[in-house]
Amino acid sequence: MLPKAEFVHWWFATGFLILGLLLLAEALVGEAAWRRRPWRVYLWPSFLFAMGVLMWPVMVFYTNSTIHMLAHGSWAQAMMLAGAAELGLARGKLHSPYWRLTTAGAFLVSAAAILLHEQNGWFYARAAFLHHILGWTFIVGAAFPLIRAFRPGSVAVRTGLALVFVVTAVFLYSDRDSASIFGHISPLAGAQHR
Amino acid sequence: MESHFGTEAVAHLRQRSLRATAVNLIGPLTMLAGVVWAFVQPYRLTFLHPHGQGFWWLFAEPPLYVILVGLVFAVSLAPALIHDLEEEEDAAEG
Repeated sequence: MLPKAEFVHWWFATGFLILGLLLLAEALVGEAAWRRRPWRVYLWPSFLFAMGVLMWPVMVFYTNSTIHMLAHGSWAQAMMLAGAAELGLARGKLHSPYWRLTTAGAFLVSAAAILLHEQNGWFYARAAFLHHILGWTFIVGAAFPLIRAFRPGSVAVRTGLALVFVVTAVFLYSDRDSASIFGHISPLAGAQHR
Repeated sequence: MESHFGTEAVAHLRQRSLRATAVNLIGPLTMLAGVVWAFVQPYRLTFLHPHGQGFWWLFAEPPLYVILVGLVFAVSLAPALIHDLEEEEDAAEG
């Protein structure tokens, strides 16, 4: 018996919340203090990579349509690439700061995947609304990893990046099919599932 | 001069304590957010009304996840991070 899609969204919300808090802490203390313990450097990149890996079972088990499969698959690849690049930078195997652009790329791929696989309008249903708002949050939020590639030391940029993940977590936690408000707004969306 | 150095030292100490306090607050504030959420939307905690709920509904308790994340951060990450922050700033002071 597979868990419902909203449960998976809540688990990923928890992952994004963890990512956000780790990045926020790193922004607050600065890179030098953060790097004082070697394991800490790998913490959020490996977490991002792991979230990309966990997106594969989502792709396999939640294939409602081809476009869902493509969306989840591209997501998985983008998150793994960003996580791997950040791990390479943390380890010192990669030197160019422009590898950080893979995170900006992951944001844009995720945004495209979210927006393209939602074929209904904003106010069709709660799920549609959340897909649109998540997609646009990632498009706007991509500015932070993009600037971070050129200004890695900026506290404002690092904090902004962290907060994008926290906001994403809030949106994902809001995904609830049986919500009393923003349930199925359009009459075309049919009855509530539960 | 003395008062200038004194003012600078106090300002530096305040800055340091602000950063340390901010890191210290991340965990408790996250836990608080989870607790407030649980009170605002108690129906999201299915263990409060477990009758007839399946495994996944009982396993998925989002407010508890938030509280747990805050707790783990506060207990396992924040203390070492604050320690390192203070050491880093002491080293920078020379």
